[in-house]
Amino acid sequence: MTDVRTFSAPVAASVPAGAPQGEPATDRSADQATLRADGVSIGYDGRRVIEGLDLELPARRVTAVVGPNACGKSTLLRGLARLHPLEAGRVTLGGTDVSAMSRKELARVVGVLPQSSVAPDGVRVAELVGRGRYPHQGWFGRHRSDDDAVVMRALEATGVADLADRPVAELSGGQRQRVWIAMVLAQETDVVLLDEPTTYLDVAHQVELLDLLRDLNHDRGTTVVMVLHELNLAARYADHLVVMSAGRVVAQGEPSHVLTEDAVLSAFGLEARVVPDPVSGTPLVVPVGRHRHGR
Amino acid sequence: MTTTLGAPTPTSAVPTPVAALRARRRRKLALVLTALAVLLVALATLALTLGAASLPPSRALLALVGLGDAGDTFIVHRLRLPRIEAAVLAGAAFGLAGALFQSTLRNPLASPDILGIASGASLGAVWALLVAGLTGLAVSGAAFLGALTIAFCIWFFAWRQGLHPIRSVLVGVGFAYLCSSLLAWLLASAEVREAASALVWTVGSVADVRGAELTTFAAGLALLATAVAVVGRWQGPLALGDDHARGLGVPVDAARVGSLLLAVGLVALATSVVGPLAFVALVAPAIARRLVDDGGPALTTSAVTGAALVLAADLVGQHGLFDISAPTGIVTGLVGAPYLLWLLATHGRKSQA
Repeated sequence: MTDVRTFSAPVAASVPAGAPQGEPATDRSADQATLRADGVSIGYDGRRVIEGLDLELPARRVTAVVGPNACGKSTLLRGLARLHPLEAGRVTLGGTDVSAMSRKELARVVGVLPQSSVAPDGVRVAELVGRGRYPHQGWFGRHRSDDDAVVMRALEATGVADLADRPVAELSGGQRQRVWIAMVLAQETDVVLLDEPTTYLDVAHQVELLDLLRDLNHDRGTTVVMVLHELNLAARYADHLVVMSAGRVVAQGEPSHVLTEDAVLSAFGLEARVVPDPVSGTPLVVPVGRHRHGR
Repeated sequence: MTTTLGAPTPTSAVPTPVAALRARRRRKLALVLTALAVLLVALATLALTLGAASLPPSRALLALVGLGDAGDTFIVHRLRLPRIEAAVLAGAAFGLAGALFQSTLRNPLASPDILGIASGASLGAVWALLVAGLTGLAVSGAAFLGALTIAFCIWFFAWRQGLHPIRSVLVGVGFAYLCSSLLAWLLASAEVREAASALVWTVGSVADVRGAELTTFAAGLALLATAVAVVGRWQGPLALGDDHARGLGVPVDAARVGSLLLAVGLVALATSVVGPLAFVALVAPAIARRLVDDGGPALTTSAVTGAALVLAADLVGQHGLFDISAPTGIVTGLVGAPYLLWLLATHGRKSQA
């Protein structure tokens, strides 16, 4: 695990456009940070949300998962992170079945930011971020000497070092979200999964947060997988885009190849024009809609 | 921002805000615990001196270390000390149990009183006394089974792919009523003399707990508290919610079940010795959390607060209410009920905001 962390730049490996069905893990996924789903089915109270899904998430890259509401993208993330049990199939990390790992072992490699986070009353920023060290601590939670340095780095990386002493409850939405991300960073994992990290944030904070995740991927080589709603930001910030619809992956690959007018129509049922983003050149989805005010 | 990510933090002599905050927390916890310990000693001294035969503190302390005259020694060692010990042990057990319930279920209302766990223990004890005709340890065992049965029922009705905190409180309230009704029915149908001796299991009192019973109580509490120290490790991540706790590597369901079983054990143990002592498990952790205020479960502080609370309540019950001597449970109930009302009033307001 530690030797993998020495990779600091994203590996420029060719990304498979679609994981072949039912093929066993190959040496390509020998990288510790490759998450892979094989024939995964997940449901709630007997209702299947995802059925037999195969997916490989490229290591050391930023992947965005997009799709219409209730398409199962959050459920998939929860299944990958072992927050929700699988009904069938398996999830592997670097070729190892994650269900064979202890939760703590997994938490040292995969960090997850769930959709909703509520901080306990009275807890302060540095303390909350410090809880990210839990998987690295032994039985009585003895504090380790490098814990402080790690927490401090996480606070600095997310730009909340000045707030270290403040109660989390007093912060604004944008600050609070950065604190939660700092907690996941303090976990020091090779893979970070985020479920709609930009919800509740205004557009400036959304961009700031995605820049931060990009930096994290660039500087630490962390594999970032995030569920996003905003297609244009997903196209701009992700190396690899996964489009889901009705519990399956309908397209995946480089955003410029995947995010076409046809894909938007079939996945979202939305008629749209796709033009190059004037800033980044990535696909920009412009909905057509029925009403067009203005000239 | 990018440069700070990979760069090593300079190791300077100035402590990081993280270390400074932790040091401040430790100092505050030490201060709170010291203050509570001083209060506990003061209350205990008062309890040794007050009574039908009033002893000045100097004579009481001499008797305590075995240097007083025979009369003083008898009063201190046979009458007053066991009562103080019972109050401290019971308060600590209820305080710790309440803190575990509240932090595990993430609800300040989740206490064995509200959840019906305490009523379950009472019901078990009263059933053993009046119906099965049991005595001694068997009564404690029946109290434990009663508490465990209610805990299991709550679990059975509140479990939906995990233990839902709010649903478990609502289900528990229902079972608390059920137990109270059954208890009233058992007492109503019992002989008057028997009912009077069983009444202690419905109100709670630290009087008349002696020798061997105290030793068993202390040993049981020590055992359970050690186990709590182990599961206490999970409470920090659990307080962040199930998803975060799982993401941090906590086996959430096992942690919840383990913590709650220990809390049930603590309640059953204490209830079987001194009766239910209303609201101690609800109030003590709330005071403790307010004193410590670090977003944690405040387990140790809750135990010490509970001990001080019960000792103070017993003093008030014995000497504070003019000529009437009230059982400890009545006094804790008088203190706890207004707190519960206040909690319900402010809790609702907060969730509306």
